[in-house]
Amino acid sequence: MSSENGAILALDRVSVSFGGLLAVSDFDFTIRKGELVGLIGPNGAGKTTVFNIITGQYEPVSGKVFFRGQDITGWRPDRVTRAGIARTFQNMRLFEDLTVLDNVLVAQHCRLRSSMLAAALNLPSYVKEEGLARQKAMKVLDRVGLAELAHTQAGSLPYGQQRRVEIARALATDPEVLLLDEPAAGMNPEETARLMEFICRVRDEFGLTILLIEHDMKLVMGICERIRVIDYGMSIAEGTPLEIQGNPKVISAYLGEEGNGYA
Amino acid sequence: MSLGSLYALLAIGYTMVYGILRFINFAHSDIFMVGAYSAFFFIVIFNIPWPLAAALAVCFTALVGMTIDRVAYRPVRDAPRISALITAVGVSSFIENLGLVTVGARPKAFESPQFMSRVFHIGSVTITGVAIWVPIITFGLLAVMIYIVYRTKIGMAMRSVSTDIEATRLMGVDVDKVISYTFALGSALAAAGGILWACKYPKITPLMGVYPGWKAFTAAVVGGIGSIPGAMIGGFIIGLIEVMTVAVSPNLSGYRDGVVFLVLVVFLLVRPTGILGETLKEKV
Amino acid sequence: MSDKFRKTLLTIIFIGFLFVVAWLADTYLDEYVMRVVRTGLVYITAAVSYNLINGIAGQFSLGPNGFMALGGYMVALLMLPLEQKEFVWFLQPLIWPFRVFSFAKPFFPLAVALGGVAGALGALVVGVPSLRLRGDYLAIATFGFSQIIIVLANNLIPVTNGALGIKGIPEYANVYQCLAWAIVTVLVISNLANSSYGRAMKSIRDDEVAAEAMGIPIFKHKLLAFVVSGFFAGVAGGLMASLITTVSPSFFSFSMTFNLLIIIVLGGLGSITGSTITAFGFTIVSEALRFVESPIDIGPIHIPGISGMRMLVFSLLLVLLMIFCRRGLFGQKEISWDYVLSRFGNCSQGVRTCPQKTEQS
Repeated sequence: MSSENGAILALDRVSVSFGGLLAVSDFDFTIRKGELVGLIGPNGAGKTTVFNIITGQYEPVSGKVFFRGQDITGWRPDRVTRAGIARTFQNMRLFEDLTVLDNVLVAQHCRLRSSMLAAALNLPSYVKEEGLARQKAMKVLDRVGLAELAHTQAGSLPYGQQRRVEIARALATDPEVLLLDEPAAGMNPEETARLMEFICRVRDEFGLTILLIEHDMKLVMGICERIRVIDYGMSIAEGTPLEIQGNPKVISAYLGEEGNGYA
Repeated sequence: MSLGSLYALLAIGYTMVYGILRFINFAHSDIFMVGAYSAFFFIVIFNIPWPLAAALAVCFTALVGMTIDRVAYRPVRDAPRISALITAVGVSSFIENLGLVTVGARPKAFESPQFMSRVFHIGSVTITGVAIWVPIITFGLLAVMIYIVYRTKIGMAMRSVSTDIEATRLMGVDVDKVISYTFALGSALAAAGGILWACKYPKITPLMGVYPGWKAFTAAVVGGIGSIPGAMIGGFIIGLIEVMTVAVSPNLSGYRDGVVFLVLVVFLLVRPTGILGETLKEKV
Repeated sequence: MSDKFRKTLLTIIFIGFLFVVAWLADTYLDEYVMRVVRTGLVYITAAVSYNLINGIAGQFSLGPNGFMALGGYMVALLMLPLEQKEFVWFLQPLIWPFRVFSFAKPFFPLAVALGGVAGALGALVVGVPSLRLRGDYLAIATFGFSQIIIVLANNLIPVTNGALGIKGIPEYANVYQCLAWAIVTVLVISNLANSSYGRAMKSIRDDEVAAEAMGIPIFKHKLLAFVVSGFFAGVAGGLMASLITTVSPSFFSFSMTFNLLIIIVLGGLGSITGSTITAFGFTIVSEALRFVESPIDIGPIHIPGISGMRMLVFSLLLVLLMIFCRRGLFGQKEISWDYVLSRFGNCSQGVRTCPQKTEQS
């Protein structure tokens, strides 16, 4: 499972269980560099769990995770992020007491070269790095359209803007792969359309590989080149949006769930 | 033996409150002290005969425990955990200093009842009534506790709250009342422990609960915090360790307290769930 | 560049101003008042360092008294004159090498710094195992460790002279020394708190999972905060030793931590400005309340002292604070030059509605 076929991220028969319940079992997944892939499935299917396995929040009981050919199974989340995989959270985990700018700056801390001593003494080398970091943070905020809100407390922002901070933060870690967990949750159709365009733009401008979890089918079918479907912790289908839409297994998995107005 | 059972009594209070609220009641050791002092005052000032005074003291202390929960802990129940901890530390200090201010730091002599102070001779061994009665009474109380927790409805409510507080609330159970009851029960046991302790060590001071409190807490951790049988077992283990430390070498008696803290620290680091506890995984 | 230069200049001027005030106070105020001032300054050092781990990094430690003890004993062992050492350690002789040498007066700042190192090492030893724990468990573990330190102090007679303590430490901690250390502490910890490292610590406080997902090694940063905090706690302990000229295990009991806890909660967990102000204020109020504890004679009326009243008031204050005003006086805010200047109409940055970031306090 190396980068022979251009695979940047690969999961090899990954399984994880919680208290005896197998949440994800024998899951294989390969993503090639530059792809925009969707991971969908009914609620509780294990999608976020897959994310958590990739980013290191959960350690799989069996199977391996490879990033750029390297085995990153069992790496702690901070190490995974520093290696180049960033993520957003389904329930949004902003640092509410900090400003928007600080939230983004925190994401850049892992790239800081100065030592704590240099920071404590305000040495010129540190000051310079801090200045550059701020410039970069403002640029990222500008990209997501939040530059004017840089000094607002993150916890006081409306939901939609908080979502954008979440994404800006992930981008600020300088990732190669971006995992987006339900980025369109709670958005109206207009916001979703803008988000779709934003994701594609960001993928091209930053040269990212993107894997996203979503329930909003318009978004998924609209921008994903390839879609993987998961149910009860197992893969049930994979293909292009068109193929997935017509797949009977997928349809029945979703019909088992009520209130999904997008299928 | 008697030391261990006293620690067990106190440890149960810690473990019950933690089991339900995931909260360490720092002030529990001071409840212990309040129990001893209230018994003292009922005997000395109101001249109430011993058994009745003890019973009254236990009830009174239970009330005090419930009041503390209602007044100081409930308002911070939804606050970040650190806040609740700080509040508990504050309450503990408050009670201790209230004691110092009202009754003074000078130890008072506690009168234990006749049956406690009587001395028996069995062969060449001398045993005080205390050494016999304390374990007996303690076991009796523990038996009552077990009955309440495992056989009564309120006990079931307590166990249910400690497993899943939200689910219990959704079942229509008045969780606040269950919590109050838990505090009352734990405080009552602490009071009993305080009174029995005073029988064994007749000098009482407002700070008498501090070290026993920490040792009992260690006992609760060792046995598995949140588990009542664990607290009982832990109590005996800690009592044993303490006695053994002094028995092994009189030079080490100054380290007596240090050893218990060492045990506490080791358990927290190596096996925080104790002997009988279970591990929890955090869901992201 | 100009803005930063201006702020640095302002800070330097302010520091100079403080030293002038100190000199005036030293010259014109009496011994007793100066003692309180010096104590207040040392409490600032202790409180600000405690706020770093509790307030900024959000890790609830109950152990600063232990690290202060380490610093205090280190300074005592270094500064006590040799004859005094022989006199104090009459039961068992003091261990080598302290038995054979002592620092002379000019080396006092070095001794205090070494006291800080002792505190930092202690924090390292305690922190490495303990900081894997969260919340209550961390608090209990740090408490347990600091109690162990106190027990060791009580029993290791060849090192600490046990419960009797060490008397006769030279009183070198004058107001300038105390002020200097207080300033260093505030500057270093402010710089840290406003730097990327400080942000990392605050993010750990706010949401550990998210912080880790942002690439921050959680344990390393907690340990950094803990050790830095331990260093300045050791410094404070060392200064205390020279201020009151004795150290004993009972002096560094849990009450010390409790006082610091009240101070940082009242000032605002996470606000260095707050801790500075409340640390000094607490010392003054604490002294003033001493009146209540000693007997008062008003004419023919003799009111007996109520000991323990001070702590009673403080504990009540702590509980009330937690119930009604958890954020304390300053919350997490600081006073910065921007704020001060805008208030006095000098600053081109304009008025902000609430004091935000700080450069120096």
